Amino acid sequence: MLQIKNLHATIDGNQIINGLNLEVKPGEIHAIMGPNGSGKSSLASVLAGREEFEVTDGTVTYKGMDLLDMDPEIRAREGVFLAFQYPVEIPGVSNISFLKTALDEIREHRKQEPLSARDFLNRTREMQKLVQFDSALTNRSLNEGFSGGEKKRNEIFQMAMLDPSLAILDETDSGLDIDALRIVADGVNKLHTPEKAFIIITHYQRLLEYIVPDFVHVLSGGKIVRSGDKSLALELEEKGYDWLREEIATS
Amino acid sequence: MLAQIDVDFRTQIINDYQGVSECKICDKPEYLARIREVAFNFFQKNGFPTQKNEEWKYTPVKPYINEPFDIDKDKSQTFDPSQANYFGQHLPGYKIVLINGKLSVEHSQIPDAALCTIQPVMDVLRKPEVQERLTKSRNYRNNPFLAMNTALFTRGVFIHIPKNTQVDKPIHLIHYEVGEGKQFNISKNIIISESGSEAEIIESYYHDYNDAVSFRNSSTEILVEPNAVLDHIKLQKSDHNLRMVEHTEVEQKEDSLYNNYTFTLPGMRFVRNNLNIELDGSNIESHMYGLYLTNEDQLVDNHTLVNHKEPNCESNQLYKGILTDKSRAVFNGKVYVHSIAQKTNAFQQNNNILFSDNATIYTKPQLEIFADDVKCSHGSTIGQLDDEALFYLRARGLSKTDAQSLLVNAFAFDVTEKLRDEEIKAMLNEEIDQVMSGVIS
Ligand SMILES: Nc1ncnc2c1ncn2[C@@H]1O[C@H](COP(=O)(O)OP(=O)(O)O)[C@@H](O)[C@H]1O
Ligand SMILES: [Mg+2]
Repeated sequence: MLQIKNLHATIDGNQIINGLNLEVKPGEIHAIMGPNGSGKSSLASVLAGREEFEVTDGTVTYKGMDLLDMDPEIRAREGVFLAFQYPVEIPGVSNISFLKTALDEIREHRKQEPLSARDFLNRTREMQKLVQFDSALTNRSLNEGFSGGEKKRNEIFQMAMLDPSLAILDETDSGLDIDALRIVADGVNKLHTPEKAFIIITHYQRLLEYIVPDFVHVLSGGKIVRSGDKSLALELEEKGYDWLREEIATS
Repeated sequence: MLAQIDVDFRTQIINDYQGVSECKICDKPEYLARIREVAFNFFQKNGFPTQKNEEWKYTPVKPYINEPFDIDKDKSQTFDPSQANYFGQHLPGYKIVLINGKLSVEHSQIPDAALCTIQPVMDVLRKPEVQERLTKSRNYRNNPFLAMNTALFTRGVFIHIPKNTQVDKPIHLIHYEVGEGKQFNISKNIIISESGSEAEIIESYYHDYNDAVSFRNSSTEILVEPNAVLDHIKLQKSDHNLRMVEHTEVEQKEDSLYNNYTFTLPGMRFVRNNLNIELDGSNIESHMYGLYLTNEDQLVDNHTLVNHKEPNCESNQLYKGILTDKSRAVFNGKVYVHSIAQKTNAFQQNNNILFSDNATIYTKPQLEIFADDVKCSHGSTIGQLDDEALFYLRARGLSKTDAQSLLVNAFAFDVTEKLRDEEIKAMLNEEIDQVMSGVIS
């Protein structure tokens, strides 16, 4: 589904992604861990198409297409979804009507009929329940005045509504209490099908108790320095990132 | 100082003044001759404002007045307002037709006299309440157009809403500025909302794009008595050949509410709005909302002055602008809080989005506070659309243009949101959407 080869990217002239390779197949869940500033959000931004990042080398292929050649909205319509680490507040833009527009665009791109008002409403209700997102919030301005946890849950609610094939969750777990964490994880597990892939960026292995990854990667200095199965996450939890740094330095 | 303008126009102004002051058949109460003389002497000496005048620093008027204008000449007897479309036409209300400032009873739907009376201002000059409005001392130094207006007006309407009356429909003034030649139209309007009354006044504008330039110099004196509520909505959208200065003076008494909404849309080449509010009583509320969408070489200037003279009042200003092309806009807001005006709430905000490198905004919010127990704030912003927000929307599948118009509309709807009249709100939101989709696509 996704092949990242030798990816290099800069922002404002600073090299942030530094020769990164990753392959994600349909149905897989990949966890990406790594210390602060290692480039996790930058990778997510490059995949979602943030224009401030300049790709200086390497390729990204998504469903056989050149992902880097697509505008952000085309990536979204092709099924790439990014749950932002820091979702923006947009006063005056209604959460629900924006989501309806987004869904219409995505369905049109996929040559599907637009959902009727009734079907849209039903879907909204169903997904709200799935991720336990307060229905009062869906009618408010996008993220305006939402708590940190509400914003994160809104990201998952939007993900559920838009039905992506590749979802990238950027530290969706940070700032969530254990109940909220469980709800988010339940949501992901329910949405997970053999066709869908997830890249879950996280700082802690806590989330991975609820969402079991097929692979765990450690990002450091803008590239993947170690990959393994879920036991790598436990090992990291135990020994910290310094252990890896030392190991890389000596290797 | 009138040397700054066209010779013929200058001669005309002087002749016109002689006309109004020497007219044998006109009704000329003694006070009127007096105020006209003061105003004319000032105007003759000082002329139109130059950019040396602090209140006109960013608003050069010379390009807009340096024409061989005719003052209030009626070449428009043949004009049929029923055939002329204007912005706001479909809104329900009592349509009051003013042709070059002159009330056309024939074409108007004058409400029942029990609800409100509407008359030409020249017919009511001897009413004490009219005299009281017209003899208020006014700052000509800051407002030279007002001096000209008072010296020369022969047109305008008097609107009187009696005590405890609720006018059932909006009173919709339609200003038709028409004429074959270059026309300079001067009108003086007076609105009195008696105590406990409630009314909504809408203003629309018409100028035929085939016609020569018209300059509208209008002044409106408003009194809002105790417990009265007045909504005042200006829908400033018309043709490129219309230019105008609208000077509005509002005096509010205790427990009254005055809401001013000024929408200026692409069209008129030059618009200057002066809105001065005196809060002359306690428990007064005044809201002033402005939205200007400017394009091409438009110049739109909003000057406000709010005077808190008594305790426990609230004034609130929110002006927003979206500028495109090489248009210019000015916002200058002043709030004075006198030392006895304790417990004043005064807010003033001006936010702008620039859609072009050639567009210019001058913004100057000012507060002068002499009382200590007050809540006041002011601020202004100038910016582009938020890139983070744009990316967020696009990352959800919205096209760049859809995302931009969603953000622009949200910015502008923040002002229309404040309208209590749902029909006008819907009309404006649609108009804004249309204007901005032209800019964005
Ligand atoms: N706009 C930017 N300009 C310059 N440097 C940036 C910018 N955004 C992020 N960085 C830098 O890129 C590096 C990686 O950041 P980020 O991807 O946010 O890390 P992570 O998500 O792993 O904490 C950091 O050193 C950060 O300071
Ligand atoms: Mg991050």
